[in-house]
Amino acid sequence: MNSWPILSVVTFLPLLGALFIFTIRGEDETALRNARYVALWTTLITFVLSLFIWGGFDNSSSEFQFVEKGEWLGGNINYHMGVDGISMLFVILTTFLMPAAILASWKSVKVRVKDYMIAFLVLETLMIGVFCALDLVLFYLFFEGGLIPMFLIIGVWGGARRVYAAFKFFLYTLLGSVLMLIALMAMYWGAGTTDIPTLMAHQFPAQLQTWAWLAFFASFAVKMPMWPVHTWLPDAHVEAPTAGSVILAAILLKMGGYGFLRFSVPMFPLATDLFAPLIFVLSVVAIIYTSLVALAQEDIKKLIAYSSVAHMGFVTMGIFTMTIQGVQGGIFQMLSHGLVSGALFLCVGIIYDRMHTREIAAYGGLVHRMPIYAFVFMLFTMANVGLPGTSGFVGEFLTLLGAFRVNTWVAFFATTGVVLSAAYALWLYRRVIFGKLEKESLMSIKDMNAREIAIMAPLVVLTVLFGIWPAPLIDVTTASVEKLISNYQAAISAASSAAQHAALY
Amino acid sequence: MAQTMVPSFWPALPELMLAVGAMALLLLGAFRREGKNMCVLSAALLVLAGIAILFQSGETTTFGGAFAVDPFIRLMKILAIVGSLSAMAMSLNYFRNENLTMFEYPILIVLATLGMLLMISANGLIALYLGLELQSLALYVLAAIRRDKLRSAEAGLKYFILGALSSGLLLYGASLIYGFTGTVQFEGIAAVAASGGPSLGLLFGLVFLLAGLAFKISAVPFHMWTPDVYEGAPTPVTAFFAAAPKIAAMALLIRVLFTAFPAISGQWQQILVFISLASMVLGAFAAIGQRNIKRLMAYSSIGHMGFALVGLAAMNQEGVSGVILYLIIYLVMTVGTFAFILSMRRDETMVENIDDLAGLSRTRPMQALALSLLMFSLAGIPPLAGFFAKFYVFLAAVKSGLFLLAVIGVLASVVGAFYYLRIVKVMYFDEPEGEAFEPMPRELGLLFSVAGLFVLVFFLYPAPVLKAAQNAAAVLF
Repeated sequence: MNSWPILSVVTFLPLLGALFIFTIRGEDETALRNARYVALWTTLITFVLSLFIWGGFDNSSSEFQFVEKGEWLGGNINYHMGVDGISMLFVILTTFLMPAAILASWKSVKVRVKDYMIAFLVLETLMIGVFCALDLVLFYLFFEGGLIPMFLIIGVWGGARRVYAAFKFFLYTLLGSVLMLIALMAMYWGAGTTDIPTLMAHQFPAQLQTWAWLAFFASFAVKMPMWPVHTWLPDAHVEAPTAGSVILAAILLKMGGYGFLRFSVPMFPLATDLFAPLIFVLSVVAIIYTSLVALAQEDIKKLIAYSSVAHMGFVTMGIFTMTIQGVQGGIFQMLSHGLVSGALFLCVGIIYDRMHTREIAAYGGLVHRMPIYAFVFMLFTMANVGLPGTSGFVGEFLTLLGAFRVNTWVAFFATTGVVLSAAYALWLYRRVIFGKLEKESLMSIKDMNAREIAIMAPLVVLTVLFGIWPAPLIDVTTASVEKLISNYQAAISAASSAAQHAALY
Repeated sequence: MAQTMVPSFWPALPELMLAVGAMALLLLGAFRREGKNMCVLSAALLVLAGIAILFQSGETTTFGGAFAVDPFIRLMKILAIVGSLSAMAMSLNYFRNENLTMFEYPILIVLATLGMLLMISANGLIALYLGLELQSLALYVLAAIRRDKLRSAEAGLKYFILGALSSGLLLYGASLIYGFTGTVQFEGIAAVAASGGPSLGLLFGLVFLLAGLAFKISAVPFHMWTPDVYEGAPTPVTAFFAAAPKIAAMALLIRVLFTAFPAISGQWQQILVFISLASMVLGAFAAIGQRNIKRLMAYSSIGHMGFALVGLAAMNQEGVSGVILYLIIYLVMTVGTFAFILSMRRDETMVENIDDLAGLSRTRPMQALALSLLMFSLAGIPPLAGFFAKFYVFLAAVKSGLFLLAVIGVLASVVGAFYYLRIVKVMYFDEPEGEAFEPMPRELGLLFSVAGLFVLVFFLYPAPVLKAAQNAAAVLF
């Protein structure tokens, strides 16, 4: 085990980079270039350091690793960091996507470059912190703190309706989260601590579980987002700058799923059992309804945003099947969606930078001028559909497998969603890439440049690699997921035998 | 026998210093007929009183039990003095720009502060009233100090009439309490209330007393004066009103409730729950429509008092320490925000509209950054200090099982977040209109940046402040 606090270093290194950019004076071209390079190098170094976490991670252990603990607020509220199989890969996903996000904004962000980079680096710290925190209050701090930079990113560098989108994003998320805060406090008084490993072992009374589950659900369902509280997402996605959309889709949405796995399921098993049907219904509605909505979109980003909601439906469905396949599939789907949706938003960004429109109707026949782009876009469209051989398939297949074991109808309806997703994704692809190159404005469009290829290449490789060989990811999560499920089943059977006991006497 | 007749003056040394010093300064000013150096001398007086408080220790009472000193009282007094001192510092620039040379102004602040210290130390109904009235009278005059300006005179008059009404209510309550318990000392009242149970007369007295105090902290439904007075009074006076007097009144409220009426806590808890809820909700919704930043801050302060009262309604030690923490953080945030508002000057005049902030992030990026930190903190967004303030009062409320209060409270804080965000929006999302503000004077810049830095880094090492609040609260239990 490493003796140095690697998690804290990885978490707070971006903040250091932000401070450094803060000290850069001047608004001339050199200063802006310096700001960009500092941001890029900070995120790259953070990524490399985070690989040490994966390197030193023990796949066979279901315990928290790289644990750090320090005094903080007193009263058993401590600075406690650590990762297990469920959270570790999200840290890597975050650090992996950040350099891509910075590179994607290299040329397209021209105003207030320093502020932009600072906002992104601060956001990175807060996102990594969310996945590393092992104390509820600390988690909440990171979870909510992320709203501030994202609010500014959407509002300052966003599109035409950015103010509306930024407010909607902020207030929606805050509204869900404050209820979680109250539940968190009730848990504190119930268990005497906000230490997450302790709370996982603590058995809360059934009534508290129900209320706390609902409160956490309010927060995570908005974040995820689940139907019907998903309406902030299309607005936020459409208005956010490209890199903002990438981070939003790839990482911020995963906090909801992560929250379900980290809190709702292990801490409130009885309530999870009680509410699983509700989640199934909402998930299935999300999968089918938002896929249909996606079919009707005129805006490329909005279409991808709705498809994100549908894909998150698979995640929630998988998690709440509480089968090993379902949960593993849910985690895999989140990771894969992080890569694929991030890449899709980057693809949109590439043509948006050239044409400054996201209207599907403004494009057509791009394949004639942009063959590399057409290939990359096709790969990610296929991955989004869940074509075997791409990472999108593994997650969807596993979640459906899990759902099939629990409820065939759920699996049936969810599978129709797969068909629908093929419909909207292929139709989008056809309208943007194929056809005749007729539009005057597109005649001189250029293919991806070296920087854009450099951003896309790792994503392409990983999407295919994990589609063919998902074992590296699955192996990491297995031990933790098994423990999660066995604890859950133990809690359920203990409760039912207690109920039988009560019925007998 | 004669020895026991003379009370010990040492516990009241800071107050005596202020009283004697203020009168000496008044004489000086009356003879010299000008305000030169008066601010410096008054500030020095306040600093000396603060140092005297820091040198005190232990718990004691004097003047026949009417005047108490303990760690809680000392902490609150320090906060009140810090609030007064920063208000004084904030007014320097205003007076310079408006060419005002009123020597009474700093002396009135000293007298108001003296009143606050007496309030906080009050251990009986008479001392309570004495301190409260001294403070209030000084504040009425301060509100109307620009007597040549219609708005200021109106604010002063409004404040005076409503304040007199609330003092009347309070006095009526105090006399009922005295009539039904036979004593004015807090301990005596507590003993009678504990032995005999709550008599109807005592309850009536308590309700009137609470109404009077709720007026002073501008809690709903006794808040009506706040927006008008905040808007009408000269801005440095508003800055003063927003911080120190609120802290003193809240400290007094805590002391009255927990030393005189702990036995009938079930009775006053309902009242506190109601005013707390009403203040939070009204503060959140009424602020949305405001265009004037001073009025906005008035509603914001109503809301914040509601949040602080949540901790009081919880009736436990965590709650009181949460209220103390809330007051500390509220003081810093208010001082910081008003330091900024005072520096909003364009073409030699002060501007007060939120729209005047448009594009501040372009024209004055550092100020915009610090102000948005303060706004996010006022909204209670982690990791800023304002979050911890709210966290601890709600934590206490949840411990007492006041779930409904806590849930409505956090929902009100979401509504409140909207108008704080609007200020951030105006600064960051809108394009600049008109020219940049004049450069910030040094003393305002200092207060503003210290406040901004405090809310930002509070989460890194909150232990000392938390500890101070907890130690102070422990005295009352």
